[in-house]
Amino acid sequence: MGGTPHPFDDARDLALRDVARARAPVPYGRRAFWAVTLLVVGKIGWDTAHNGNFEWPVVAEWFTAASILHGLSVTISLTIVSMVLGVILGLVLAVARLSDNRLMSILAGLYIWFFRGTPLLVQLIFWYNLSTLVPELTIGIPFGPEFRHWDTNDVITPLTAAVAGLALNEAAYMAEIIRGGLLSVDPGQAETARAFGMTPIRALWRIVIPQAMRAIIPPTGNQLISMIKATSLVSVIAMGDLLYSVQAVYNRTFQVVPMLLVAVIWYLLITSILNVGQSAIERYYARGDRGNPSAKPVLADAGEAR
Amino acid sequence: MSPLVRARNVHKAFGHLDVLKGIDLDVMPGEVVVMLGPSGSGKSTFLRCINHLETMDRGSIEIGGEQIGYELRGNRLVTLAARAAAKQRGRIGMVFQQFNLYPHMNVLQNIIEAPVGVHGESKAEATAYANELLRRVGLADKASAYPRQLSGGQQQRVAIARALAIKPQLILFDEPTSALDPELVGEVLGTMRDLAGQGLTMIVVTHEIGFAREAADRVVFMDGGQIVEQGRPEDVIGNPSHERTRAFLARFIQ
Repeated sequence: MGGTPHPFDDARDLALRDVARARAPVPYGRRAFWAVTLLVVGKIGWDTAHNGNFEWPVVAEWFTAASILHGLSVTISLTIVSMVLGVILGLVLAVARLSDNRLMSILAGLYIWFFRGTPLLVQLIFWYNLSTLVPELTIGIPFGPEFRHWDTNDVITPLTAAVAGLALNEAAYMAEIIRGGLLSVDPGQAETARAFGMTPIRALWRIVIPQAMRAIIPPTGNQLISMIKATSLVSVIAMGDLLYSVQAVYNRTFQVVPMLLVAVIWYLLITSILNVGQSAIERYYARGDRGNPSAKPVLADAGEAR
Repeated sequence: MSPLVRARNVHKAFGHLDVLKGIDLDVMPGEVVVMLGPSGSGKSTFLRCINHLETMDRGSIEIGGEQIGYELRGNRLVTLAARAAAKQRGRIGMVFQQFNLYPHMNVLQNIIEAPVGVHGESKAEATAYANELLRRVGLADKASAYPRQLSGGQQQRVAIARALAIKPQLILFDEPTSALDPELVGEVLGTMRDLAGQGLTMIVVTHEIGFAREAADRVVFMDGGQIVEQGRPEDVIGNPSHERTRAFLARFIQ
């Protein structure tokens, strides 16, 4: 040793350096950022509220009008039905894609390739105009006897065309999301389930899918939100959704901006509610994870474990 | 008494690598067989063939008089369908090197999953038995904990309770202590030693020579995909007759 004494040898100096006394420096940069942001947002809000062109009274008048609410209910039900069908079909496609049955895997791959590779708008118009392509729908044995047949025009209404278009398209995207989720689960889990006598279906349902949900939920939330907005495309096939209803009004009244605002606010409201629901579901599937509050005893436990 | 497990001429290759080159092994009911051997000697692969997690290329394995994974229809040997194969595994417990507890289920749910879901026991009945098993492995207070909240040794003891919950006629242990911190190995081996004394049929693949010496009825030494020698632990470990066994044991016993 020798030479100059180390500062830590001095009791007073050591007390000064005790990190328990430490304070973070004042965050001037952050405070300035807050101030600027509040100023700009305030200005935009003020202008929006006082700009007569937004015609807020018109927005208020139409916001809960019967025709708008009807359109809203169509949008919501279309979203729910298409999403549920899309998820179910997507799950089947994902499992088929991962199956060691080559034919199933190839068929699922072709389906995904086609429905992801063509625009949704085109698919919707195609389903709506199915009758020009195949005037009759038949159940029977190919090249053999027919059991039943229907006139395509009776089967394909704007509603069925919309559901078919949205659900079949959604299934292709969901299939890839679910496949990714299934692949994210440790293969040892499926193997353990198998070793304990579970059938492959049961192992998938009880062991693999619940773990895959962690990876499946966030992108599915994304899909659901884009689905709500994608339903607005069905207005091209004369389906009376939310967008179609506001269009019907402004085509008469020419109050384009306020009517679009009505639709925009409704879309934002629905997606906000969905966001809340998504966080709740994510918390549920995070159980058993170190990160969640119920996992706290880990530390308390460590001492007692030995 | 006839053997519970009968393996004959089991061959298995991964690509060009012959992992098993004709394994014959009989295990009597209630017998504790410990399989020793260097890494890559085929012990784990053979263990996984026993409950058909791994398919084999030649030979046959029988448990309780029933061929595993295949069915003789007249003169044709047919692969069992998934459902029938699952049923065969129903009473074979397995304990894995990486524990493989179901992380989304708590300890109790992990244990009753197969009894309730596969064997159709009532939840109350399965829960009562699960709690008894947890007492036996010394984790009575952990029923509602999630696997990630437990130490490795505790997780492996839960995995053992899970294997016992299906009232197995046979339990397979695939290197149950290899993934554990050294200070946690003892508690798991202790639990296994208790089981060995209770008349369970066990096949244990391990590197724990001490466990083999104390708990095994028979030690099987494998090397290069073959059984080199087998016998009572005091013979195989105490006085090995093959050079390869001696060379292997020399690395553990200084």
